[in-house]
Amino acid sequence: MLVMEKNAMTEEIELLVSKYGQSRSSLIPILQDIQRKHKYIPDFAQQEVARLLDIHPVEVFSVISFYSFLNSSPQGKYIVRLCQTISCDMQGKAAVAKAIERELGIKFGETSRDNKFTLEFANCVGMCDQGPAMIVNERVYSKLTPEKAVQILNELK
Amino acid sequence: MENKKRKGDVLFSKYNRGEGIKKALSITREDILFELRDSKLKGRGGAGFPTATKWTIVAAAIADQKYVICNADEGEPGTFKDRVLLLEYPELVFEGMVIAGYTIGATKGIVYLRGEYEYMLNSLEDYLDSMRRDNLLGKNILGNSKFDFDIMIRLGSGAYVCGEETALIESLEGNRGEARNRPPYPVNTGYFGMPTVVNNVETLASIPHIITKGGEWYRKHGTDKSSGSKLFSVSGDCLRPGVYELPWGTTISELLKIVGAKDTKAVQVGGASGICIPKSQFDRSLAYEDVATGGSIMIFNENRNMLHVLKNFMEFFVEESCGQCTPCRIGNVKLLEGVEMIEKGEYKFSYINQLKGLGKTMQVASKCGLGQSSPNAFISILENFKEEIFNGNGGGNGK
Repeated sequence: MLVMEKNAMTEEIELLVSKYGQSRSSLIPILQDIQRKHKYIPDFAQQEVARLLDIHPVEVFSVISFYSFLNSSPQGKYIVRLCQTISCDMQGKAAVAKAIERELGIKFGETSRDNKFTLEFANCVGMCDQGPAMIVNERVYSKLTPEKAVQILNELK
Repeated sequence: MENKKRKGDVLFSKYNRGEGIKKALSITREDILFELRDSKLKGRGGAGFPTATKWTIVAAAIADQKYVICNADEGEPGTFKDRVLLLEYPELVFEGMVIAGYTIGATKGIVYLRGEYEYMLNSLEDYLDSMRRDNLLGKNILGNSKFDFDIMIRLGSGAYVCGEETALIESLEGNRGEARNRPPYPVNTGYFGMPTVVNNVETLASIPHIITKGGEWYRKHGTDKSSGSKLFSVSGDCLRPGVYELPWGTTISELLKIVGAKDTKAVQVGGASGICIPKSQFDRSLAYEDVATGGSIMIFNENRNMLHVLKNFMEFFVEESCGQCTPCRIGNVKLLEGVEMIEKGEYKFSYINQLKGLGKTMQVASKCGLGQSSPNAFISILENFKEEIFNGNGGGNGK
């Protein structure tokens, strides 16, 4: 990370700390905001969060490693989470997954070369009556077909 | 927002915004607790703890600060009723929290919304703002100079175990969502060690109805030990999946008829951690007396391979086990391996029986509800569908 990038990151985290307050209970909201903007929480950011909240960096890492929506390594601009639980599975999840893999040329668990997409499976996203469903960043898409899913992803800039 | 055309006798019955808070503030805390006790309302998350008892303990506690937490971390496979309540009936949920705050003497409420539902966040925040404008939230609510209460929404980050109330509190405090030992319970030692009411979304949504219409009215619905109604999240092989409000005591076959299910082979009640009911037991009723549930109903027709269903559930638990205690962390992996052995046809009956024993050990030895209930599907599916699974080519038979 360049010095300028580091300074910008520190400034950003200072703002978040003043927004949520300098207490341990602010840790997860702060990490969520960093994750939302950068799609992952870089090592330097983890150290800065720890310093500003006055906790050990390992504590920050242990929290990140626990939650599946927080990442410590870079992810694509769009994180695609396809529901794999049984109701979506029975409504044709496998065909949707295959179509997405073919279209993007990567497998689930991977990130595309241009860093645009990361594919992941998610556990039940609460759309069981309208499956198969996927969440792309914060948006939810339901009643997917292979064709529709691919179209949605292709329309993302 | 989804449209509001749902029909139901209790939760989906007519309700005017603000009515519950207005009524609650006009009567005493004791009166509220009386109505609640009279209603016999039980926690809707699945465990069924009497809500009045929970509130009474926290109301009686002496502390500088108390909290009301709404558990909106609905992660149980096949459950989506909270999604419908929060999107279509936010007034019920939030007013239920305000009434809880008034009753127990809390000034802060927190909604723990699962990360998967982040798309609702803006509309929920807007709704809270509109409540603040109408003085249903904030300082001196409805002109009552002694009552301040506000609600904030916190997001989860994709951990199923955080639906367990002590894991949820750990997560709110900024830690890994690992369950605590119970006792002490959150009613004594909850958020930051303070007395805390943690209620399910549906439980809280029932409160404004009970306060405005009375505990006796509420109790008229449902059965003796299961009062009121229940929201069922129905998915799987049926014509009309969705959320249904039905009285407690409805039988499984009645429910199947309502949702238009045909050629049904099995119904998974209570999600992945629930039990699998075969056709021969479809006359059983959904109630605390018989099959208790948090409301997840997943329907499987004759063409489904039950071993595949079981494998899906076990993969879920292996991924979602938090890894804190050994029975759950290792046990679920072993059960999944067992399912894979059956799938390949490389198993010994003696070993499968050992695994069933392991499942029973997990039910008593695991620290929280996750590991205590994860073997339910393994045990009930292998028992109820043994012909399909074992008579034939190693499980491929049922397809």
